[in-house]
Amino acid sequence: MTDTQWKVFEVFHQQARGEPHVHVGSIHAPDAEMALILAKEQYSRRQACVNLWVVPAEAILATAYENDDIFERATDKSYRESWGYKTPKTITTSDEATKRRSDEG
Amino acid sequence: MVVAVEKNLGGLSSAEYERRLEKFEARINRGEKIEPADWMPDDYRQQLIRLIHVHANSEICGALPEGRWIPHAPTFKRKLALLAKVQDEVGHGQLLYRAAETLGPSREQMIEDLISGKSKFSNVFHYPAETWADVAIIAWLIDAAAIINQTMMAEGSYGPYARALKRICYEEAFHMKHGYEMCVVLANGTKVQRDMLQDALNRWWTPIMMFHGPSDKESKHTAQLVRWKVKLKTNDEQRQQFLKQFVPKMLDLGMKIPDKSLRYDKASDTWLYDDPDWNEFKKVVNNGGPVSQERVEARRLAHRDGQWVREALAAAAERKPVPMPPTN
Repeated sequence: MTDTQWKVFEVFHQQARGEPHVHVGSIHAPDAEMALILAKEQYSRRQACVNLWVVPAEAILATAYENDDIFERATDKSYRESWGYKTPKTITTSDEATKRRSDEG
Repeated sequence: MVVAVEKNLGGLSSAEYERRLEKFEARINRGEKIEPADWMPDDYRQQLIRLIHVHANSEICGALPEGRWIPHAPTFKRKLALLAKVQDEVGHGQLLYRAAETLGPSREQMIEDLISGKSKFSNVFHYPAETWADVAIIAWLIDAAAIINQTMMAEGSYGPYARALKRICYEEAFHMKHGYEMCVVLANGTKVQRDMLQDALNRWWTPIMMFHGPSDKESKHTAQLVRWKVKLKTNDEQRQQFLKQFVPKMLDLGMKIPDKSLRYDKASDTWLYDDPDWNEFKKVVNNGGPVSQERVEARRLAHRDGQWVREALAAAAERKPVPMPPTN
């Protein structure tokens, strides 16, 4: 009997040019070229598809869920966000300020 | 209710096991998914392997009775739809074997276990599809019952299974709609067609009533499976949902429900029925049904006939001459 356990390839699917490739699942195949053929049959029967990627699953290095504390913010990082900055609703322009000063003077 | 189960601590101390179990259950209660690399109780893993394996086998075996009808489809449109459905079911089987693999068993082993009769498949595929109306009933009502089960399981706690089911449900929607259309056509056809549809329902009613599995009174794993969000509804709840959604539609089509015990209770807004014979169910799913052996044999022959394709794929990958299909 042929051993058809084969390697696992992760499949990424792009619905339209300009869109990101999105992971949709995985597939067994003897090599990358066959993986593309089988991925097309398995993952593009319905939704629009303009491009497929296959990547050997073993080539992917992932963080471990049990170490997900590495993503926690140790300190206040609000300075990295737009909402971390407050500005007044109306701003006095420098021209108006100069005029007001000369009027007062 | 907590069901006492024998715990496999997986070499952990009892205290460490409890600590991990608490974290695991808290994650599920927050509505988060469990991923393959996460710690999980052995019982959760084994139950999921069993469920996904049986589900995958059922997709493959479900394609067998339908596949035999492809050459006999009454119109070209029906033939195209049936071909597409069969292709989908086989694809779903492959998606599900992949999901089960993330929990341990290999695809090769699972395919082997189906052929050797070691693993099970859905009760409904142990019965023959005798006429074209059977194809219509299977596509409408069995796919409908399966969608009720699968949309529920798609909200379950195991990530790879839930993701596979989202895709599967999306594709199965057309199967059910097409099946309904076939039933509508037969129900509005000649007397011969209407009788054929009724005859199919008469034979399929009991298997369909058994489809969601033994009654909650008999199902020993349900409470824990619900607690771990492997299942979100009990077998009886799923069966009730099916009856509420589809009995009125069957009656609308002029079909007679071949079950004298079935009656609607207005006060509780539920369908009441006498339990089918669960001993028959157990016998059938243990390959003691009318065509169990035929299905397993058809699967074995399909696997054998596909041998040259697998050899061709392997040869092409090694840049060797690709074998041709056998000519006999």
